[in-house]
Amino acid sequence: MPPGALAIDENPLILQLLRWADDALVLGHRLSEWCGRAPTPEEDLALANIALDQIGLARTLYAEAGARSGHTEDQLAYLRTDRQYRNCLLVEQPNGDFAHTIVRQLFYSAFADPFWRAACASSAAEIAAIAAKAEKESAYHLRHAAEWLIRLGDGTDESHRRASVALAALWPFTEELFEADGADAALIADGVIPDPAAIRLPWDSTVGSVLVRATLPRPPAGWMRSGGRRGLHSEQLGLLLAEMQNLQRAYPGANW
Amino acid sequence: MNEADEALRRRALESAASVVDPEIPSLTIADLGILRGVVVRDGEVEVSITPTYSGCPAMSLITLDIQTALARAGIANARIRTVLSPAWTTDWLTDAGRAKLAEAGIAPPPPGASRRALFTEAAPRCPRCGSVDTEQISEFGSTACKSLHRCRVCREPFDTFKCH
Repeated sequence: MPPGALAIDENPLILQLLRWADDALVLGHRLSEWCGRAPTPEEDLALANIALDQIGLARTLYAEAGARSGHTEDQLAYLRTDRQYRNCLLVEQPNGDFAHTIVRQLFYSAFADPFWRAACASSAAEIAAIAAKAEKESAYHLRHAAEWLIRLGDGTDESHRRASVALAALWPFTEELFEADGADAALIADGVIPDPAAIRLPWDSTVGSVLVRATLPRPPAGWMRSGGRRGLHSEQLGLLLAEMQNLQRAYPGANW
Repeated sequence: MNEADEALRRRALESAASVVDPEIPSLTIADLGILRGVVVRDGEVEVSITPTYSGCPAMSLITLDIQTALARAGIANARIRTVLSPAWTTDWLTDAGRAKLAEAGIAPPPPGASRRALFTEAAPRCPRCGSVDTEQISEFGSTACKSLHRCRVCREPFDTFKCH
């Protein structure tokens, strides 16, 4: 174990909870970077609100994982290394311009919304309860991203061009959303977690219909990136964590 | 439950129900449906609350305010439990809560609005002039539970409590 890593006994369920929690925290952190810098005050509020929803969801999931692994929410968020983070690569991608952020939001929300809806039927009561909360919020996030992407794609030449660039840049990160590995198999079979592969159909349909309305062509199939779920991240995550964890690393246990 | 416990439970419920939402101080947590229940076991009080949105930053302050209200009523060491299931919904807003929202200039959630509709939503009624000729400025308002609108008749902006 590298220095600075947190010792965690990762059974499949803990690992799964951490994957979801890390998605929510990393995306929430990214969105919070827009605070005070969004194109309009309304959009500033919107992105900050969505960030808050994500961080709230992350806290609930970390509490649930921590109850099983014997850690606090803060330990899981602040004291794991990048290799211990299990979020998908999509959510750690930098904000870029507004089009990049909106495309990232659309890709993620179009997955999260049907995913959490499916998770409401989990055989684990705790997961079903968390999902019922997340599902309601993800519907808003999806609508927000969809409305914006249509406005950008079907807007000016410049907004259309930027939306196309963002679409092409982030498309290779979408395949990872539907990945499952050996650790998931038993949990999926027991109905504890939904099969992410089953979300591909609703995702395709949502993203497809939004792209049509946005007059944006669907990017061609090509090489897809993956690795986040196993802790293999892009350089950007390390930088994000360095900023987020700095205080707890420098002053362990610091409190408000 | 014995009589003493039942009296304690009522006193605790009354105190907890008087706590206001720090972000919408004209409404109590009972009006909003955040307060889910009070139970007494062996003289120990447990208050259950549920968040409106998972990231609601008011939850820790609400917890503290409940403890303070109970302490004022002579009930120390009450346990505050956060429950997630069933998930909070605007259907739990009481009629009194809806009336207070409108009075505070916040439109109550439009009845029958579908939060699942991807693009369309019924226009809320302007809490100032009562017109339904209103438009949405942003789906995300000053707090997680509100969206921002404008009345085309009286030209005033207003908040709407989101259907959830």
